[in-house]
Amino acid sequence: MTPSDLLSILPLLVLVVWACALLLVDLWLKRKGVTAFLAALGLALTAGLALAQAGEETTAFGGMVALDGFASFLNVLFPLSGLLGIAVAYGYLKRMNIERGEYYSLLLFSTAGMMLMAHAADLVVVFLALEFLSLPLYVLAAFARPRLDSEEAGLKYFLLGAFASAFVIYGIALIYGATGTTSLSGIVAAIEAGSLGTSGLLLTIGAALFLVGFGFKVAAVPFHMWTPDVYHGAPTPVTAFMAVGAKAAGFAALLRVFVTAFPALDADLTPVVWVLAALTMFVGNVVAIAQTNIKRMLAYSSIAHAGYILMAFVAFGNPATRADAVASALFYLVTYALTSYGAWAAVIALEKQDPSAGSGQAASGLEINDFAGLGRRRPALAAAMTVFMLSLTGMPPTLGLVGKFYLFRTVIEAGQVWLAVIGVLTSLISAYYYLRVVVVMYMREGAPETTREPWLDFTWAVSALATVILSFLPMALFAWASAAGVMGF
Amino acid sequence: MLLSETAISPLFSLAPLIVFLPVLGLLLNIIFGGRMGEKAIGWLASVASGLTFVVSSLLAYGLWAAHGETVVVPFADWITIGSLHIPWNFRVDTLSVTMMLAVSGVGTLIHIYAIGYMHEDVRFKNDPKRFRRFFVFLNLFIAMMMILVSGDSYLMLFVGWEGVGLCSFLLIGFWYDMDTLGRPSWANSNAAKKAFITNRIGDFGFLLAALTMFWAFGSVQFGEVFGKAEEIAAAQPAVIIAITLFMLIGVTGKSAQIPLYVWLPDAMAGPTPVSALIHAATMVTAGVYLVARSWPLYTLAPDAQYIVAMVGAVTALFAATIAVGQYDIKKVLAYSTISQLGFMVAAVGMGAFVAGMFHLVTHAFFKALLFLSAGSVILGLERGHHHLAHHKGHEEHEGKHEEVFDPGDMRNMGGLRKRMPVTFWLYIIGTLALAGIFPFAGFWSKDEILLDAAKLHPEIFIILTTAAFFTAFYMGRQIWMVFFGEPRHEAAAHAEESPKIITVPLMVLAGLSVLGGALNLPGVHTLGHWLEHTIELAEHELHLPAWLEISWGGLNPVVALVSTLLALLAIYISWLIYGRKPLTAGQKDPLKKPLGFIFTGMENKWFVDEGYWAVFVNRYVDIARFLADVVDWRFWHDWFHDKVIAGTYVWLSHIALNRYADQKGIDAFFNGLGDLTKRLSAFLRRLQNGFVRSYALAVMLGVIVIVGYLLMK
Repeated sequence: MTPSDLLSILPLLVLVVWACALLLVDLWLKRKGVTAFLAALGLALTAGLALAQAGEETTAFGGMVALDGFASFLNVLFPLSGLLGIAVAYGYLKRMNIERGEYYSLLLFSTAGMMLMAHAADLVVVFLALEFLSLPLYVLAAFARPRLDSEEAGLKYFLLGAFASAFVIYGIALIYGATGTTSLSGIVAAIEAGSLGTSGLLLTIGAALFLVGFGFKVAAVPFHMWTPDVYHGAPTPVTAFMAVGAKAAGFAALLRVFVTAFPALDADLTPVVWVLAALTMFVGNVVAIAQTNIKRMLAYSSIAHAGYILMAFVAFGNPATRADAVASALFYLVTYALTSYGAWAAVIALEKQDPSAGSGQAASGLEINDFAGLGRRRPALAAAMTVFMLSLTGMPPTLGLVGKFYLFRTVIEAGQVWLAVIGVLTSLISAYYYLRVVVVMYMREGAPETTREPWLDFTWAVSALATVILSFLPMALFAWASAAGVMGF
Repeated sequence: MLLSETAISPLFSLAPLIVFLPVLGLLLNIIFGGRMGEKAIGWLASVASGLTFVVSSLLAYGLWAAHGETVVVPFADWITIGSLHIPWNFRVDTLSVTMMLAVSGVGTLIHIYAIGYMHEDVRFKNDPKRFRRFFVFLNLFIAMMMILVSGDSYLMLFVGWEGVGLCSFLLIGFWYDMDTLGRPSWANSNAAKKAFITNRIGDFGFLLAALTMFWAFGSVQFGEVFGKAEEIAAAQPAVIIAITLFMLIGVTGKSAQIPLYVWLPDAMAGPTPVSALIHAATMVTAGVYLVARSWPLYTLAPDAQYIVAMVGAVTALFAATIAVGQYDIKKVLAYSTISQLGFMVAAVGMGAFVAGMFHLVTHAFFKALLFLSAGSVILGLERGHHHLAHHKGHEEHEGKHEEVFDPGDMRNMGGLRKRMPVTFWLYIIGTLALAGIFPFAGFWSKDEILLDAAKLHPEIFIILTTAAFFTAFYMGRQIWMVFFGEPRHEAAAHAEESPKIITVPLMVLAGLSVLGGALNLPGVHTLGHWLEHTIELAEHELHLPAWLEISWGGLNPVVALVSTLLALLAIYISWLIYGRKPLTAGQKDPLKKPLGFIFTGMENKWFVDEGYWAVFVNRYVDIARFLADVVDWRFWHDWFHDKVIAGTYVWLSHIALNRYADQKGIDAFFNGLGDLTKRLSAFLRRLQNGFVRSYALAVMLGVIVIVGYLLMK
């Protein structure tokens, strides 16, 4: 371990140290606002350091971690997503009487895990990062204890997460067995040496199990079933953070490993990914129609979007479109992060705890019908929500359209026209339930009670503006995502 | 004509300031003007314009120090498309600097004058908020005019050309929603439109010239075009003639020559400072400048030159006759401007570029003086009128309709000599200069044009001399009608002299109108030698009659005497008609009876507007109506759309999509699809039973399917 090793993961180190310190400092802090501020400061510092690292290309710790365009891109995205996670949570935690300082430390730890995932160039590190980011999330999901649905969500998430982790570790074991190494560059070398023989099948199955494990993390059908329950039960800010951060981290692992280590398994795995993507888009969008609860609807929407991003993976083995696949997936992740945070912020603004109900009761104000009359009561919020719904559908003038366009273009260039057709058709289906929210907001009478909190308002306002404005100026973002599509090890 | 890039004095790097100082001024006024008083707004604009004059003077000094060598100051890249490369350069040569000095000098004085004038005007019209807008436009005009004169290519010149056209439009229509008395009316905006549209026709000619130039020369840069001019003229003489004649169309638009002059008299709808600055002193001379600037092209096309000269000479005479029959003080000056522009165009057309430019500069002085003095007169009458209305009290005021009073109508004036003595003397100086009386500025410049005309084209000399006679006559008529005799209206009887802010700039202009001739005295030819650095004319051997060979230190006594005596004679005749026995209120013009239909023609501007209306405007409206009503509405909409397309569609739908096929077939299909999706959704939802074991089972099943697939393959 040399100083340059440490330097290459400096933002991550800073964040971990900061989170540890915050955990201690918080003990002496009466006002949790200070904790929130310190946590945000740490994330901002981390994002700044990560930004300063952009453009560097190196490996460290004996090839265990990589610092490249891909890692830099995500290492800016993750802390920023963490920042929004704090912004939407601060007022919410107070309002729901669950204001505890650990929230911020846990969020910081999870973010650090995600960043480690972006760096990972070795399967062991991938697994380490997976657990590092997941464990704080399990706790966060149950953060609204003693609310039953929150505790249930935490437990479910933990059990199923452990189940999925087992598949990951089993897959890694098979891959190690087949190639004798866990380093991504070593795996490529072993495959290229062509001496695998029958253990080639082991490698393929190992890769498939790896795919299953992370398919769980990103909520791909049929490994998605935890998602609605956990998203529904977890405190809404945690759901928002999970939907964006955990999904992005899962895709980071899949992108890194599949694009750098497994292109040779293209012929075997592409059909699997194809079917997973198609199923995910289809089931996610179709089941979302039947939802009456906005959190569950957004959970299915999150599943469906995992399907869209999975589409990019069908191109992972094709050298011509590989870079585009990574770039369009990253671009879509940014799109989804912005839109999703905005939509969740709107949900948080409407959510309330019924004071007469016991503290174990679930929060109310989360039915889609509760949005009735929002257009009149809070025109700006309703307009922002409309933007998010349009963006999730993929309609102009929103970033969602641009993101979908890049994805579909990549898929078509990779020769998978039918998958693109399925993508477009399921987008059409999704318009049904997204636009229903808009219809309810503007065309139904109602008097929704909403909360005005500066940071919450900031989140949805900025997300809405960014979603619209960036849709007219997507080139800089896309150029950056394209630069991130070039991976070292 | 060489670019002495090596010897560029640092002074020349100031050149872009001539555009950006007024732009800065107008920006400051836009941003902060709302919180500034009128004085501050006006002075800010005036200082911006004044600094432009200072920079122009520095450039002139730099040029003088550099012995008049042309300097091109590169500023920015503008257009680069393939081989076409048009930068935005500032061309500093003796010609452009002369224009810069005239524009910014006269412009600054008019800015200052306008502080006083607009202060009263906006109050008279009850809209003080427009004060700031006026100065923003005025600064914009200065900036655009500077772009025009400093441009190094025909395209850059065109940018300024269009820019000043826009400012002209904005300022003619400054009181776009009211007439001179502040009553609701669209007359001013119609005048603005007329000016703009008429100028578009001229601009079209300019564009054709520029495009032809680009086609033939591959460039629109002055340097390249003039460099290749002789070569092209030898190979394709028609091209040069085409370019110069197309350019002439542009000139007739901007400089108000036959046949496009009709917009200028209407342009007097703008506030008087605008009439003085844009429609007398500067913008309308852009056409003269254009011809002078293009001298290398015009000198290669003598036929085109002759046409230009003829257009100018005929315009000079024609407009002068109309001026005789006008009653509005500003209209007289407007036709006088057209006439004087005709002198200039005739001069530059004949190749007497120096004489033309000389007259341009002196005319800027005395015509600005005359317009601004006329403005002072109008303000004086408005004050008198206001004073009157104030004193008459209310009961009388409310009882009868307010009498329509036109403060610009000379028939309402008379005797103002006593009420407005300063303005009177200023007006006299302007008049003498315009009439060409020795030793006022106009004498020297007009005399030079007449002398050149006598030498080059005797017929043009005769026409111009006649025009000069008329000039002196209508100016005499104006003086007698406005300032002598008895007041023909109570407003005139109560007129008041204008304040210092108005009269002081006029005194400066009056000084220039007296002394301006010194710029280019015969024999000394200061301006001539100055412009020689830019306009290098070959000396022609002319066979002149003996009387033209006489030279008293460069002054030809015959031409000078003839023109001066004619002018004096004209003034004397005007005294006989209008001065000896002044008009009384309501009396018809004494010329009307003896001249009969000729005077009616003069009065009605020879019915040119009516003719244009009958020949062009009404035909245009007819065509438009035909297209809109017959072609678009009746044929396209009523018949094709409604009958053919919609009818066929309805017919087809009756046959093919009857009720049965539509409702049972298509509707059922789509409703069924929607139902199916909903049912599927409900079914899949039921799988979501909340038990972790079921979820884990789903994962397991997924794994089995995937691994099974991979094993079976």
